[in-house]
Amino acid sequence: MKRIYLDHSATTPVDPQAAELMMTYFLEYYGNPSSIHFFGRQVKKALEEARYQVASLINADPSEITFTSGGTEADNLAIQGAARARSGKGKHLITSAIEHHAVLDTFKYLAKNGYELTILPVDEEGIVSVDELKKAIRPDTILISIMHANNEVGSIQPAAEIGRITREKGIIFHVDAVQSLGKLPIDVKTMNADLLTVSSHKIYGPKGVGALYIRKGIKISPLVYGGSQERKLRSGTENTPGIIGFGKACELAGERMEEENRKLITQRDKLMNGIISRIGHVKINGPLGDKRLPGNVNVSINYIEGESLLLSLDMLGIAASSGSACTSGSLDPSHVLLAMGLSHEVAHGSLRLSLGRHNTDEDIDFVLEELPKIVDRLRMMSPLYHKAN
Amino acid sequence: MYSEKVIDHFTNPRNVGEIENANGIGQVGNAKCGDIMKITLDIKDDMIKNVKFKTFGCGAAVATSSMVTEMVKGKTLEEAMDVTNAAVAEALGGLPETKMHCSNLAADAVHAAIKDYLDKKIKV
Ligand code: FES
Repeated sequence: MKRIYLDHSATTPVDPQAAELMMTYFLEYYGNPSSIHFFGRQVKKALEEARYQVASLINADPSEITFTSGGTEADNLAIQGAARARSGKGKHLITSAIEHHAVLDTFKYLAKNGYELTILPVDEEGIVSVDELKKAIRPDTILISIMHANNEVGSIQPAAEIGRITREKGIIFHVDAVQSLGKLPIDVKTMNADLLTVSSHKIYGPKGVGALYIRKGIKISPLVYGGSQERKLRSGTENTPGIIGFGKACELAGERMEEENRKLITQRDKLMNGIISRIGHVKINGPLGDKRLPGNVNVSINYIEGESLLLSLDMLGIAASSGSACTSGSLDPSHVLLAMGLSHEVAHGSLRLSLGRHNTDEDIDFVLEELPKIVDRLRMMSPLYHKAN
Repeated sequence: MYSEKVIDHFTNPRNVGEIENANGIGQVGNAKCGDIMKITLDIKDDMIKNVKFKTFGCGAAVATSSMVTEMVKGKTLEEAMDVTNAAVAEALGGLPETKMHCSNLAADAVHAAIKDYLDKKIKV
């Protein structure tokens, strides 16, 4: 069976060039970058090259990049680290209702431990309101964290506008850019970001690697103590093959972004329009046009449930994801869709298809041919469908 | 993560639909994740002559619905009342830990439909 992977927002395959390069650092240049001998020096050079490659993709200085074990750790380091370093100045924190759990749950942990938290709502397109944000700011606000683009519905947030406000008020601004790296141009300077999270495995790099951009002059406290690696901010021997693979993936993403986006946007719109025209009672979740990530399709298909849908797609070789309660460990529907005002029932039938580098036009045609049949079959089984007709 | 039997019942569900002049109707919702199951029964001489289901829910919910219809078809009301949610899950070769709650709908919906039939009978 031919398998079609449409879950690139979950993870991506490693680019062969990055994988090949990594192999060398597993087998040949396996030294510890902290060692002064040849083995150490060799890999130290490559580590700094990777730092440069990551920095270049977001217009940062290499010295502003701290490598971590992934996006989740980078988010934790940014939020816990900044909150701790600034706790003398205030206790108020602001984030949004549609953040990744790595951000949201870290804030909720802080809120239970002496900090005060404001969670901003979003509009029906899944976009944070700058006005609401302005209103939420207090004299004791020390940190604001807003994602650059949402992982579920692809909505792009007004990061630069928010950055202007936070910079003016001297509040630390953290941006979770895990979903936008390599897909949207990122310039930490024009965005006025103080901290920015990126992750490797969403951009055809290996899993287990991420980085936090920390603007020169911004002080944060580490989470991990030990051998003082990464300028004492992240102790522990560096995951050198992973970091070097991440660097390569960043370089390739920068080179390919424009061309790849053209392809992704064409395929995305074909898929969205095709679903709307072939299936009744559907609703696109998230914004349209250039406020949406290039490869993201998210649609609610009324009267059916997402897990049944994923199961049926998987039987045909199509890999996707859903915000249905039945697919989540917590049995709650997607917090993002609920924050956008969707009812439980409609969130239940949501389907996310995230396109990537290797998807072909034939893949899209196949999905558009098979999806309506699956929906028909599941609706025939649904006690909700009859009432609607 | 699902057993072969679950996948089989999900792919080829038995007794899907609604009986038009059903004399027992049961609809239950799953408090946990918000799924819904509807059972319609055709009962004659205290026997379940025919049974159909409709389910809005996950793969496990569809499979348990399908399985319970097979288990109660042709049974007396008393026998059908004795079918438990656990028995349905077991007949499917078990369910993943996180999916055990899905089977709560199956027997409950059948029991609700039987109660509906009995209530109506008393009123007549
Ligand atoms: S019915 Fe929701 S998880 Fe099974």
